[in-house]
Amino acid sequence: MSMTTNAAEASRWSRIWDSNMAYSFRRNPVAVVSLAIFAFITVMSLLAPLIAPFDPYDPAQIDIMNSEYPPVWVDGSDPQFMFGTDDQGRDLWSTILYGTRLSLLIGLCAVALQAFLGISIGLIAGYVGGRLDSLLMRMADIQLSFSTLMVAIIFLAVTQAMFGSETFNQYAVYFLIAVIGVAEWPQYARTVRATVLAEKKKEYVDSARVLGFGPLRIMVRHILPNSLSPIFVISTVQVANAIISEASLSFLGLGMPPSQPSLGSLISSGFDYIFSGSWWITAIPGVVLVVLVLVINLLGDWMRDVLNPKLYKG
Amino acid sequence: MSLLSVRDLTVKFAMRDNTVTALDNISFDLAKGERLGIVGESGAGKSITGFALMNLLSRPGFIDNGKILFEGEDIANMSDAQMRGIRGNRMAMIFQDPMVTLNPVLTIGQQMVETLMAHRKLSKAEAEQIAVVKLREVYIPSPEERLAQYPHELSGGMRQRIIIAMALLLDPELIIADEPTTALDVTIQADIMELLLELCQSNKVGLILITHDLGVVSQMTERTLVMYAGKIIEAGRTREIINDPQHPYTQGLINALPQQTKPGMRLKQIPGNMPSLTAIPAGCPFSPRCEYVRDHCRTTRPEPVQYAHVEVACHEVNRLHRENSEEQSA
Amino acid sequence: MKDAMSDGPLLELKQVEKRFDLDQGFLETIKMRNGKVIREKRSVHAVNNVSLKVDRGEALCVVGESGCGKSTVARLIAGLLKPNAGEIHYDGTRIDNQSRRSMIPLRKKMQMIFQNPYASLNSRMNIQQALEEPVRYHNPGFSRGEVRDKVAEVMRSVGVDPSWSARYPHEFSGGQRQRIAIARALTVDPEFIIADEPISALDVSIQAQVLNLMLEAKDQRGLTYLFITHDLSVVQHFGTRVAVLYLGSVCELADTATLFENPKHPYTRALLSAVPQLKDDRPNHIRLRGEIPTPINLPQGCPFQSRCAYANDRCLAEQPRPVQQPDGSMVACHAVEEDRMVD
Repeated sequence: MSMTTNAAEASRWSRIWDSNMAYSFRRNPVAVVSLAIFAFITVMSLLAPLIAPFDPYDPAQIDIMNSEYPPVWVDGSDPQFMFGTDDQGRDLWSTILYGTRLSLLIGLCAVALQAFLGISIGLIAGYVGGRLDSLLMRMADIQLSFSTLMVAIIFLAVTQAMFGSETFNQYAVYFLIAVIGVAEWPQYARTVRATVLAEKKKEYVDSARVLGFGPLRIMVRHILPNSLSPIFVISTVQVANAIISEASLSFLGLGMPPSQPSLGSLISSGFDYIFSGSWWITAIPGVVLVVLVLVINLLGDWMRDVLNPKLYKG
Repeated sequence: MSLLSVRDLTVKFAMRDNTVTALDNISFDLAKGERLGIVGESGAGKSITGFALMNLLSRPGFIDNGKILFEGEDIANMSDAQMRGIRGNRMAMIFQDPMVTLNPVLTIGQQMVETLMAHRKLSKAEAEQIAVVKLREVYIPSPEERLAQYPHELSGGMRQRIIIAMALLLDPELIIADEPTTALDVTIQADIMELLLELCQSNKVGLILITHDLGVVSQMTERTLVMYAGKIIEAGRTREIINDPQHPYTQGLINALPQQTKPGMRLKQIPGNMPSLTAIPAGCPFSPRCEYVRDHCRTTRPEPVQYAHVEVACHEVNRLHRENSEEQSA
Repeated sequence: MKDAMSDGPLLELKQVEKRFDLDQGFLETIKMRNGKVIREKRSVHAVNNVSLKVDRGEALCVVGESGCGKSTVARLIAGLLKPNAGEIHYDGTRIDNQSRRSMIPLRKKMQMIFQNPYASLNSRMNIQQALEEPVRYHNPGFSRGEVRDKVAEVMRSVGVDPSWSARYPHEFSGGQRQRIAIARALTVDPEFIIADEPISALDVSIQAQVLNLMLEAKDQRGLTYLFITHDLSVVQHFGTRVAVLYLGSVCELADTATLFENPKHPYTRALLSAVPQLKDDRPNHIRLRGEIPTPINLPQGCPFQSRCAYANDRCLAEQPRPVQQPDGSMVACHAVEEDRMVD
């Protein structure tokens, strides 16, 4: 029994390895390097509690006397702190690890929320059509005509004022996920709707209808799996966008509090010291942010090229 | 001298790790003004033959070996610049889908005049005159008005007529037509075929008609090549091939047509599928589907031999013929 | 009771009409004509006043050229479209006005096979999943073993090796996919199959395989077919009766043998003469004037008038009704009615 499952497993792996996607991935050094860097950053940040020499959330481990040590390759550094320390005396390396973890978490969760909202709305709009479609798409148009940041700033500023910064800071992660998630669903909804409109005309959908299947089953079991390619492509771009949005909001002081810094709030908190010579508090997390967003976008580019049916079927 | 003479033409496609052979040692001749049909099912390599003859193969396909002599010049080794002098000028191609061939943002007149002026030293007015004459030849009503119309304003049949007119613009010596009527309705198809036949006969233009439809080949052409898995398996006069096919595949293809069987009875089917180019069997490519197969068919590739009135690539053609005639006399 | 039911036709179309609106939004209906702004709604008259009966056990072929509305007829019967007028009855029950839920029991009896085997199978489902889905949906009481047995039985009956069930559609050739599509329709044990050009996307040698398969299924399962096609040689082989459609109207309806021996409507004659023949003796091809007009603004009178050699004033003014001929065929033509056609 286990033999047969092993064989099936192996053939599945070899199938994936042989597929067009895996092949073009192996042939594309940019994609390989990007994925490697992305995986490295992700693994490091997920393992932050194990790797980081200090816990930046633990006030007992922070000594204000250690503040603003430069990184080890600059004169006057303390070998204990590889990337130096920030203004509060936190080890920058540990803080970056934890901050990246927060940024990634917020980015992925926000995109998951966007995807859930956008895919549901897009599927319904595309499949049902008619007035409901017009209504949902006009809603999307209205939503898109406000910029994400503007919506987010208004929402977060109001919540901050309503709950007070104490409560707000406590739930900042959820607020950020909610606001970034809700603000960008139309991107998904539009893409999904366009794909659904194209897929709906295909005969397999008619065939499912002739078999008597209900709309929900047709949408979820038949149309959705065939609309995944554009969803994958848009998701990578959206993760990068969400990470940037989170960073921007935190930079503006509307996101993660300095006690639980994400990459954005770390950059922001270091910004005050950039002219007093402590450039590393801003620069090092800045570089991490840029690299993270860049590799995600590069992966997204590669995926768009591979999944583009015009390019690979023609 | 023949108009076109193809010798040992081999076309390969570069795949990920290796190459596959799409055309395997194709040789045939076409006399001036002769009409030749290339029949086969999808995957047989008939369209690739058409593209190779026009030197239009694009990556990953390439001509690996062989000669394509067009009036003595080898097309296979010509540069793009040299080819442009031949393509559209002395050799024209008609494709299956007229909407793809015509440029949707240019009027019919613009497209015809452009083609003419690219190859001949003509003024615009002269070119338009020639265009009108050619449109009249393909029975387009009020051709002067058509010149100002866009392709989408015309019906499918009308578009295909215009494509034929455009193919004839520069009085080519050879037209290659790749499934020219497959996208059209039966009544329109019959009209277009009649027109094409008439034009080829009156202008002494050679025609290579690529199609899957044996009925069309039977009415249009003088000689026929039957292709299977990138090889010519039977070649000869169309009449002989239709009335007395020698290769088991050709026989199967003709016998599979519904009109060959009494209504409601089981059709004589050929089992299995055409092999894909990546998995062409050793020996005779038809051997896995052939009911007359013997051991050596699976190992040795049959060479074309003259048999009855046709050239046929089959080891067992003698036995086949004997058995068939016994069957008939019994 | 049972006898009384099977006496009537299995399927009946009564004066069915279908229009597709071309201008959907309000703004699209506004046009400029002679300097005046007018509101005009254009629609495609795909099917006009079509009445047909399909009896149990027969294979009714619907032939016509592109745009004649034959696919629309198939879709109307399958319930994929709703008619604008007229009624469709299946086994004595009206089906065109029912909800999806009340149609579910009927779905087991009536299935459809589509033209393009590359689009009619969900490419993200393997064969096992694709075939199990309808069995489970329509037989919620089946155990896993029963479902698997049913799928294996159907796969064997269409000549697909059950050991291939883990493969995905893209691993199969067109002919095999069409077999799988037929298998999927057969999983629910239907009695009536609508086949919309099921072989026109296939190669000649594969067409024969699929046609044989459909004939076998007809004999073994006692199926009734409505077969939509443009290929007259297939009609001659497969159909027991033929309906010839032109611009959404039935112009001739007859037994297959009668129609091919003695076509009466001028369009049927032209259509038959246009089929390329294998043998040399080509019948005189009847050339039709012009091409099929668009079904947007239908002419008054006979739909075929613009291409007919026998058209007169009456044909321009009055639409011909189907009239029964001595040999049993129904022909909608004034010229046939008045015996004006000279052979």
